[in-house]
Amino acid sequence: MANAAGPAPVVELERVARVFPGTPPVEALKATDLVIHEGDYIAIVGPSGSGKSTLLHILGLLDQPSAGIYRIDGIDTQELGERERAGVRSARIGFVFQSFHLLNHRSTIENVMLAEIYRPGSRAKRRDRAIEALEQVGLGHRLTSFPTTLSGGERQRVAVARALVGEPSLLLADEPTGNLDSGTSAQILDLFDDLHAEGLTLAVITHDGDVSARAKRQVRIRDGVVTPVTAGAEHA
Amino acid sequence: MPEPYVPPASGVELAETESIASAVPRSHLSFRDLLSEATVALTARPARTLLTALGTILGVAALVATLGLAKTAGNQIVSRFDELEATSVIVRPPQDRGQDPRGQNQQQVSSIPWDAGDRLQRLNGVVAAGTKSDVSVGNALARSVPLIDPLGQSEFQIPVIAVSPGLFGAVRTELATGRVFDDGHNQRGDNVAVLGPGAARRLNVTRVDNSPAIFIGDTTLAVVGIIEDVAREPELLNAIIIPDGFARQRFALEAPAEVQVEVQIGAAELIGGQAAVALSPNDPTQLRVSLPPSPRQVRSSVESDVNALFLVLGGVSLLVGAIGIANVTLVSVLERTGEIGLRRALGATRRHVAAQFLFESAALGALAGLLGTSLGILTVVAVSANREWTPVLDAWLPFVAPVIGAAIGLLAGTYPAWKASATEPIAALRATG
Ligand SMILES: Nc1ncnc2c1ncn2[C@@H]1O[C@H](COP(=O)(O)OP(=O)(O)OP(=O)(O)O)[C@@H](O)[C@H]1O
Ligand SMILES: [Mg+2]
Repeated sequence: MANAAGPAPVVELERVARVFPGTPPVEALKATDLVIHEGDYIAIVGPSGSGKSTLLHILGLLDQPSAGIYRIDGIDTQELGERERAGVRSARIGFVFQSFHLLNHRSTIENVMLAEIYRPGSRAKRRDRAIEALEQVGLGHRLTSFPTTLSGGERQRVAVARALVGEPSLLLADEPTGNLDSGTSAQILDLFDDLHAEGLTLAVITHDGDVSARAKRQVRIRDGVVTPVTAGAEHA
Repeated sequence: MPEPYVPPASGVELAETESIASAVPRSHLSFRDLLSEATVALTARPARTLLTALGTILGVAALVATLGLAKTAGNQIVSRFDELEATSVIVRPPQDRGQDPRGQNQQQVSSIPWDAGDRLQRLNGVVAAGTKSDVSVGNALARSVPLIDPLGQSEFQIPVIAVSPGLFGAVRTELATGRVFDDGHNQRGDNVAVLGPGAARRLNVTRVDNSPAIFIGDTTLAVVGIIEDVAREPELLNAIIIPDGFARQRFALEAPAEVQVEVQIGAAELIGGQAAVALSPNDPTQLRVSLPPSPRQVRSSVESDVNALFLVLGGVSLLVGAIGIANVTLVSVLERTGEIGLRRALGATRRHVAAQFLFESAALGALAGLLGTSLGILTVVAVSANREWTPVLDAWLPFVAPVIGAAIGLLAGTYPAWKASATEPIAALRATG
């Protein structure tokens, strides 16, 4: 990790800041430099209101920085139009949310297949890829169940499967265990460990010390200022 | 796995935008996916879908039913007076001379000849023809008993009408009993009479087996028949009807007042022209010929009257239906905020979100249009069956109505779709769901 000639950077933030206009303006994220390499497993920790979600939304291209440069897979996101930003979101980023965000009127497999409808490409193998992703999270036997009949942990695993379809460059999780008890949380964290072992790049936002402890690297954020916790090389 | 990234600078020959476009995936939503998303959304909660569409279903049904019923009823009205009016031609003498009492002994006699019925009967296309004239009997009253009963009323003022035998056919006479007089009676000037049902009741004549006598003043008439009904010239129903020949002799009738002609359907115009020539070869333009109104005119005027009214009603119910769809779609946009955020995170653009909601409401509208059309047609058929009408429907209606429904759904979905597309993904994702 200390080696600059190591894995390619997936995320590169250069002096990225986010100010919400208002009176007074809220500086939710102050000029931040952050690099996430391929295969990284990074935890972003900080108290409530510190700017964790703001950072994650910028990383996920759901929000645009007020200043600075953000590159994902080397693509400068500033130059992208709406369709390209959405395209990058669809093809390169997988989201996992605290409240799962599954559609209750669709079966498990349909929820997972939803990940691909905004991507160009063949519909033909969509079902197979969804099944594969569900098997990866250990839900190969619940393909046709509806979210309302699943436990919280199972729902979150469906959401993870949805994020995994199409092999994203980056998996972003905002408080993924926030709605789960400690037992089920551990299952999700084990799953994250497995995905990390398979080479997936993960960025997880959390309050929870148990969660951040699993990550290979931690950054702390306080009042919009990001500081590394674990010793490691940061490339500006 | 991330694809190896080629920096824009290395794409020497490519414009920068092109090189970015080639490296960056663009969000995309196929029509098939749009269709299946809308289908799933609408079928996931069928009861709700149906209730949402109810207003539009009823609106389209009302529209189809009113258009269909207007057409059916219009056709019905037309076919009723079509048949009777379109086959009736009446010829009358010139107005001034016919109505001038001092001209009675002059040339006027030549206007309509006594054998007008026979002459017209020979024309091709004439079914029946006969003359008809009101007979002036002065103050003479009609009675059926030879002696006047001083206690009860037995004398009446009853109109007397002279006809040629052909007239009975021309007005489609139905007899209650007996028979009508014939050419023989007419030529001989026999004192026979046929009674309209009203006249028969007042004179208390019910049977004609023995040719009962009635009296007009001091004139005696033998009743040979009683009429049940006539299709034209309803004044015959209250009259004492006598042969022309007798009216000329006894009451000094100068000339027929009109000729009633029953023609075959479609022949009215033709016969109208020929009749005047046949009756007055020297001066055909003198005669006044009444032709039936053109059926086409009647039909369109009836239809447009009925349609205008009902179309307004249908339009109002459609408006209410559209508001219903708009309302529920808007509510569902708010309900589905989380879903909107999720879709944006999964790569939907604002347009994709708008397209989805628009498509859903349009599909809902089309569905409502389809159901409404079926309901409307059922109504037309049911009402027609009840009234024993022939249901008539414009062929385009069943095809256009669902399109109208879809258009209404599209219109109703516009604001909610815009609202959905304007939802910020971050705010939407914060919503639970
Ligand atoms: N749209 C906005 N407009 C104004 N201020 C905002 C907006 N979004 C966030 N903020 C502010 O930015 C700061 C950081 O918010 P953020 O949501 O990133 O916090 P967080 O670390 O995710 O907190 P939590 O752990 O409670 O989710 C907060 O002070 C918040 O009030
Ligand atoms: Mg947060």
